[in-house]
Amino acid sequence: MLLALILIPSLAGALALLAPSARVRWLLLAGTAAAQAALVAAMAVRTPAPAFGGWLALDSLGFLFLAIVSLLFLLVVLYLGWPGARDSRPERTFAACLLWLLASMTLVTVSQHLALLWAAIETTTLASAPLIYHHQSRRSLEAMWKYLLICSVGIALALMGTFLLALSASGGAADHADPLLLSRLLAAAGALDPDVLRAAFIFLLVGYGTKMGLAPLHTWLPDTYSEAPSPVSALFSGALINCAFLGVLRGWQVVAAAGLAPFAARWLLVFGLVSIALAGALILGQRDYKRMLAYSSVEHMGILSVGVALGGVGQFGAMLHAVNHSLAKGLLFLTAGNLLMAYGTKSTRDVRGVLRALPASGTLWVVGFLAIAGMPPFGLFLSELTILKSALDAGRFGIAATFLALLALVFAGMSAIVLRMAQGEPADAAPPVRRERWQTVLSPALLALGLLVLGLYVPPGLGRLLENAAALLGGAP
Amino acid sequence: MVALLEIVLAAVVLVNLAMLGTSRLKSCIRFVGVQGVLIGMAPALAPGWSYGLRPVAMLAIALLIKGFVMPWLLLRAIREAHVRREIEPFLGYTASVLLGAVLTAAAFGFAARLPVAAPAGPPFLPVGVATLLAGTLLMVTRKKAVTQVIGYLVMENGIFLFGQGLGAELPAPVEIGILLDLLVAVFVMGIAMFHINREFDSMAVHQLTELRD
Repeated sequence: MLLALILIPSLAGALALLAPSARVRWLLLAGTAAAQAALVAAMAVRTPAPAFGGWLALDSLGFLFLAIVSLLFLLVVLYLGWPGARDSRPERTFAACLLWLLASMTLVTVSQHLALLWAAIETTTLASAPLIYHHQSRRSLEAMWKYLLICSVGIALALMGTFLLALSASGGAADHADPLLLSRLLAAAGALDPDVLRAAFIFLLVGYGTKMGLAPLHTWLPDTYSEAPSPVSALFSGALINCAFLGVLRGWQVVAAAGLAPFAARWLLVFGLVSIALAGALILGQRDYKRMLAYSSVEHMGILSVGVALGGVGQFGAMLHAVNHSLAKGLLFLTAGNLLMAYGTKSTRDVRGVLRALPASGTLWVVGFLAIAGMPPFGLFLSELTILKSALDAGRFGIAATFLALLALVFAGMSAIVLRMAQGEPADAAPPVRRERWQTVLSPALLALGLLVLGLYVPPGLGRLLENAAALLGGAP
Repeated sequence: MVALLEIVLAAVVLVNLAMLGTSRLKSCIRFVGVQGVLIGMAPALAPGWSYGLRPVAMLAIALLIKGFVMPWLLLRAIREAHVRREIEPFLGYTASVLLGAVLTAAAFGFAARLPVAAPAGPPFLPVGVATLLAGTLLMVTRKKAVTQVIGYLVMENGIFLFGQGLGAELPAPVEIGILLDLLVAVFVMGIAMFHINREFDSMAVHQLTELRD
């Protein structure tokens, strides 16, 4: 069953290269997305058996991220919409790379072997790079090159970290042929060499943190998000960087099981707070609304890191926040795609009166902003509050105050930009009011609905899943 | 065998310095191929290597990919893009070689302080770290896209040696997966280089400066 989850999108990707028309390619995308979603839903009821001697298995942490990936992919395919008879979009390589990206992200979530996890994350980079260059412009080329080089080098450092993990295990559990299986590492955590383990965690954090977009390693991220097609940016910020976050979390699991959580927490806290602060500073006065959303992703990756570092209920909050952030960023990037299509510019100054010109997208744009800024009644309010509460519970008032002040800074920066875009009269050059295509509104609207529901109450099934995932981070085997 | 291994590892360091000192892209690519062959055969010379079908097959695959397929892809890329030489780098060639030598010495010093290094064993760790640093130096000081890719490959070579020195033995499927990832990376980067050359009329990445805040 786990194998099918990876093989179906891989094969569909190969078929997409051969598919004769855009309609066939869209059907392949939609069919795969639906099959994937159905399989994942079935796995929520019955946990699949591990495959390949435990290399592939689904734990709560993996399942949580897998569910986010599947949901977002389905909505993105819906957003792309049924092509007209003469449309060439989605193109061959675009459709194939999307499907391969889905396959590799799925592999990341089910990998229980840390070297396999590394290979899977590197594969996500390679599968997603051509998606950035979809518009074939100079700027998108520059973005793709930066993405490829910076992320490849970052991930190469994570490979060093993986080797060091294997080394830390070689003292006690040397008789095992394969020390990098997560279950073995966790079982033997007490016998791991603490010095080597510390070094391993730092390499993993810096390596996967580059791909996750933690400041100051985030330099590729704003360029990529702003130049990639909007549905691709939605997948990147909602699903792909979560996969890198999962890489960091796997390292955290081992370190926490070995009793070194305070050490790792310090590092995560520093990277997290720096990310939020830097994002806040760069959002102020941002002139490109897709770049603004990109910096917001940097901010939220920082919030996730802080939540995990604080421990206790903060880890539950971080898991909830990961879900909320993915939904909100999907909503915002897909809506940003609608704005870009209508206005033909990414400049925050040239877009005015969205609420009047595009009533549906305009409303979603404002709703998305309120959600991402952590306003009630949306889900992010709840998860940020949980993280804040864990800081207060632990008596870390300095961190709580810094966290709140930085969130206020980001709020101020974003609200100025978003509200100015939404309100006012459309300028002379603005697009005429026209009917929006229902597909391009439906996907973001569904995401907005999800955010609203999560803000009002967390369904018990999801609550249990989040608790189990947080328990894994607490050092449970 | 250990003596031979030491010669091979010394050759890896020399190739690092040679790459830092050359402006001809073709030689640079050939050097990275030579380094791929050296690093591919190093595990077989290490004490405790067992001859068997699987290790030999793995070795052959690694040699083929790192020593021949990847250099071939890169050579094809520069032939199609009509580039021969590196342009004025951010750091001169002589200075690069000197800095490379200093970094190599530092790598030996650093590896000696690692809690794991068996002092009498073959110097996998210091050579690995030195190679990693040389690759990083190539990446950050050169302007041509192809040199950056070479730097990335040299970095990966260093990490591979480092892993060897730590005795981190990966299962065969994972090792093949990592090699394939590397191969696809070079392939995708090759395509990107081709497009950069077409769009900017040169393969120099210092022109990629349009995106900023």
